[in-house]
Amino acid sequence: MLKQTEGSHAVAEAVGLCRPEVICAYPISPQTHIVEGLGEMVKGGEISNCEYINVESEFAAMSVAIGSSATGARTYTATASQGILFMCEAVYNASGLGLPIVMTVANRAIGAPINIWNDHTDALSQRDSGWIQLFAETNQEALDLHILAFKLAEEVSLPVMVCMDGFILTHAYERVDVPTQEQVDSFLPPYEPRQVLDPTDPVSIGAMVGPEAFSEVRYLAHAKQMQALELIPRLTKEFKAIFGRDSGGLTHSYLTDDAETIVVAMGSILGTIKDVVDEMRQAGEKIGVLGITSYRPFPLENVRAALQNAKRVVVLEKSLAVGIGGVVSTDVRMAMSGLQLEGHTVVAGLGGRAITMKSLHALFAKAVRGELERLTFLDLDWDVINKQLERERTTRRSGPAAESMLRDVGVVAARIG
Amino acid sequence: MSFQPVHFYQTGTFTVGNRLLEPSERSVQANIQRTNSLNSGHRACQGCGEALGARYAIDAAMNAARGRLIAANATGCLEVFSTPYPETSWQIPWIHSLFGNTAAVATGIAAAIKVKRQKGQMGDVRVVAQGGDGGTTDIGFGCLSGMFERNDDVLYICYDNGGYMNTGVQRSSATPPAARTATTMPVGPEPGNQFGQGKFVPAIAMAHEIPYVATATVADLRDLEYKVTKAMGMRGARYIHILVPCPLGWGAASEDTILLARLAKETGIFPVFEAENGEVTDVLKIRRKQPVEAYLKRQKRYAHLFGKKPAVETIARLQAAADKNIRKYGLLDQEAN
Repeated sequence: MLKQTEGSHAVAEAVGLCRPEVICAYPISPQTHIVEGLGEMVKGGEISNCEYINVESEFAAMSVAIGSSATGARTYTATASQGILFMCEAVYNASGLGLPIVMTVANRAIGAPINIWNDHTDALSQRDSGWIQLFAETNQEALDLHILAFKLAEEVSLPVMVCMDGFILTHAYERVDVPTQEQVDSFLPPYEPRQVLDPTDPVSIGAMVGPEAFSEVRYLAHAKQMQALELIPRLTKEFKAIFGRDSGGLTHSYLTDDAETIVVAMGSILGTIKDVVDEMRQAGEKIGVLGITSYRPFPLENVRAALQNAKRVVVLEKSLAVGIGGVVSTDVRMAMSGLQLEGHTVVAGLGGRAITMKSLHALFAKAVRGELERLTFLDLDWDVINKQLERERTTRRSGPAAESMLRDVGVVAARIG
Repeated sequence: MSFQPVHFYQTGTFTVGNRLLEPSERSVQANIQRTNSLNSGHRACQGCGEALGARYAIDAAMNAARGRLIAANATGCLEVFSTPYPETSWQIPWIHSLFGNTAAVATGIAAAIKVKRQKGQMGDVRVVAQGGDGGTTDIGFGCLSGMFERNDDVLYICYDNGGYMNTGVQRSSATPPAARTATTMPVGPEPGNQFGQGKFVPAIAMAHEIPYVATATVADLRDLEYKVTKAMGMRGARYIHILVPCPLGWGAASEDTILLARLAKETGIFPVFEAENGEVTDVLKIRRKQPVEAYLKRQKRYAHLFGKKPAVETIARLQAAADKNIRKYGLLDQEAN
């Protein structure tokens, strides 16, 4: 059914249609509307046979999820930013134990300085946690990916994060097609766990493993992600047959076949990039876009196949690996290894900085001219940075950097957009 | 084997004469049907109080739950000695997740059971969570308090040996004052663990006004079984804090485990009581009051108090703390002393 609704609410409805049995969450912006929606649906009986638990921290949220998933319940939680860091130990534990928990990450920056706005640093900080990570481009895809995520998680016995841009998607009202319960039921069978805490057949879960088998157990986690790499395209096809939409998949290519310049990105920024690409195409530029939906497992071969005929690749990412540059671009470069391609990393949109079409036009034009550096920070205010560097060079007690820089920036509202 | 004189100190308890009782009155451990939930063959040290406490507690819980029990276990000695991969001593469904999240994992298990019961996919399965004092009073305290506050249907059992024994005897917030640990060495002006620090989690559990809080020791195993059984007869968040001597960490003889647990109770150092909904309902009275020295002297962790110049003042402070417990919990019958 078509609906004009908020991204968070669309996700809550999708999760509800998946017949979750335990939902636990701790509130953190911009995830709140999702768990508020689910809380209301459970309390009001719209979602039946489900326990909703208001926990005291994200660490507890993931831990409750571990307990309920290990007892055979379909389990969901959601978090963002500091929350994912606070639950980090349990995040690794959930995947290490092979528990198919589904978690929404309403992508948000990580402090300090504290910042509630969108970037991908939170989810990418957990890229090696063993979780499958899917990134949504639109609210429709966010909704669809949750349905897909439960099926994927339960088939390979691995937890799945569905990542959606905080505020940009979670708080945006858009038209979405909400599937029927019958459609979801025909796609997603009841959860049949591989391991379960059951008094009629007692098992021990979480034993200590020494050097004699640890590598093998860890390898299995990798092997399962490789299985997911095969499974995601298959499930995407099944999904399309029932729901009639192309959501999911490993990657989405847009005008890449003859492209000399390909921009690689994840999440909602793909829409803006495509608009810029359309305009540049009209001006005769051979430029295309590759969107990565499955960040973990990382589809090396798909990315390589999409990029191999291009001349240059610009990875535009909302994350920063301090001390080296890009996070996503490191993986893209691995996919490109051996190819004679110019590779560029552009760090953009950190902490909710708007990525405008104007800036992208200038950026891509520079790339096409061969003038783009290997690592670029989009729209940096060099005045502010240089002032602070000068302050630190000349004054030992230069004070808290962020506060000084904010003072230099002046009136904030005037700068947005 | 050396000759051990029989003390009839235990006259009037169930410890002597168990076999003379009606089968229905016998302890769970005396029953041939006991489940051996924590089976033999594990790797606990000789004289381990925690292994003893866990065996009695979990078998009693299994008995009360008629075999339908799931356990969540914190990282620590109990976890390590019971489940070195690929072996396990647990005869019940058991999960170890992390050091600090056991109460939350148990909450998740209880939530899943509730839903599965509603759906008719599971019977009335009960949940216990267990951990040492580090996993309970320190790193797991946030999750524990959350579980209490929500009144989740979990029995949490803390095996308190007063320190991080698994990592090499470091101080926890349950380490008693003056005790030597690897991080509170008997050096400097205030040797051993500082006075004025630490917390008594049973009292904090009571402040949550949960249905049931109890303390116990491995010296009174009938009392422990009784409390576990009583707790299992209730719903909501329940907490049992068991004092379990650690021969390694306390520097005590393996055969002194039960004696030390008894002395902890008989000196008033460890009050043994029950509380319901935040109010103390019963205490285990001191049978024959002992001075704290009787307890302290048998442990190397207090050896620095009994050197050439005994630390009289420190011992007096420990005595005062024990006396305060006696007053506070009413551990002595007036007429008896």
